[in-house]
Amino acid sequence: MGFEKFGEISYITETKIADFVEYLEESQIAATKCKVCGKLHFPPRANCIDCLSSDVEWIPLSGKGKLITYTTAHFAPAGFEAPYTLALAELEEGVRVFTRISKDVKEDEIQLGMNVKLVPVRLAAERITYELKKA
Amino acid sequence: MNNRVAVVGVGQTAFTRSCGVSIRELCFEAFKEAMEDAENLSTEDIDASIICSAPEYDKQRSPSGLIAEYLGLTPKPTFLAEAVCASSSVGVRIGWSFMRSGLHQVVAVLGFQKMSELTSAESQERMLRGGDIMWESPFGAMMPAYYAMFARAHMNEYGTTEEQLAKVKVKSSKYSTMNPKAMYQKEITLEKALTSRVITSPLKLFDCCANADGASCMILAGEDIAKKITDTPVWITGLGLASASMSLTGRKTISSLSCAVEAGKQAYEMADLKADDIDVAEVHDCFTIAEIMAYEDLNFCKRGRGGKLIADEETYIGGRIPVNVDGGLLSKGHPIGATGGSQIRTIVLQLRGEAGKTQVDGAETGLVHNIGGIGLYGSVIIFRR
Repeated sequence: MGFEKFGEISYITETKIADFVEYLEESQIAATKCKVCGKLHFPPRANCIDCLSSDVEWIPLSGKGKLITYTTAHFAPAGFEAPYTLALAELEEGVRVFTRISKDVKEDEIQLGMNVKLVPVRLAAERITYELKKA
Repeated sequence: MNNRVAVVGVGQTAFTRSCGVSIRELCFEAFKEAMEDAENLSTEDIDASIICSAPEYDKQRSPSGLIAEYLGLTPKPTFLAEAVCASSSVGVRIGWSFMRSGLHQVVAVLGFQKMSELTSAESQERMLRGGDIMWESPFGAMMPAYYAMFARAHMNEYGTTEEQLAKVKVKSSKYSTMNPKAMYQKEITLEKALTSRVITSPLKLFDCCANADGASCMILAGEDIAKKITDTPVWITGLGLASASMSLTGRKTISSLSCAVEAGKQAYEMADLKADDIDVAEVHDCFTIAEIMAYEDLNFCKRGRGGKLIADEETYIGGRIPVNVDGGLLSKGHPIGATGGSQIRTIVLQLRGEAGKTQVDGAETGLVHNIGGIGLYGSVIIFRR
């Protein structure tokens, strides 16, 4: 339990990395790091992809990164309200994040390669997520 | 063991918005056409069937059993092959392995999807779960949005333009008017494509393919028996299949599909051919950008020159490498599980010289590129007459 609060609609409740949501609530974006081989995982994983160890620890990320690509969706599936901008960014720690760009950023201000900051965002009904702001 | 494996019969239904029949009847149509096409073959000769579908669109649980029963294929083994939009190409790979192992001699690979079975909202809900449901779906990421993100990256990296994207649709709509089984029978002008409404920037309505109902069927046979079934076997000479990270966060490149590059390499190597040897190709143009990426991923042109290849009309009949001359997914329609089989049918007809108005003169070698999901599964199969 615990992960069902993540995002506008969550399909997952049970996961070993549910603490991610607690870090978000404390305003931190956290990755997991393998204590055996040092591999950094984001989105966080409970199990190391490289050495198959399950001994991982939480490491807060700076949130600083650069925009790789984006799209502004003008149609939304049920449960979502268009328009919104989806994006992929590379964070300075070398991991990538799939998220939205904040509605505060106008579409004509968005440029690939621009500096962005990944920040936690509280949603209605005690839900929580993260999004990109202009850095 | 069979040294070589051939396609000895192909069939497909018309692809339509709403077929008005049950899935068993839809599959029957494609199966009957493939059986008639195979000439010397009766149902009892088929010793296994592989049914290909994306089952989240089906009401029937475990549809392979039902379809095998309706087609008279019981008690021979049957099962479902699933790789979303690449399901029927994966079915062919399994069928090929059956033949090469000697386990089976004649196999029916039948792909279908009746997408009209679901409401638009139900269909969207399923498409929403086509990406990583833990880290991507919660943001409202739909299938077109992923390809729009690929398109944006491609445009930024290589200067590909919205006009070049639109030209892919213009080409496909031209050829779909020559394919009586295609859903769209009207040519779309460049202006119309460019001024269509934005779905998810930079992709517009005419950059996207449409859901469809349809079925396709291929009959595969081992070398000895193939020649008894038909005078015109088309041989499978190269097979490639690869996967990629479902989450975009796990991909090194966003302007190319790594699973297609890998599958292409495998297929060219197995067939001992190069891109220049391909006379006609079918590529998975679920979105216009997908066709441009496919040109590059398959080495039809240099990386970044895909936009120019379509702008120069090199992928038209008469061009350097004709691509999707049956209308492609964009204009023929895309009934998920049936798409790979329909692409293969087009190439088989081309290599037999039976493609009518869209025949590529003297085509001897053809390629089918079929992608599952958001670049998740990549299949490339090479055929020779």
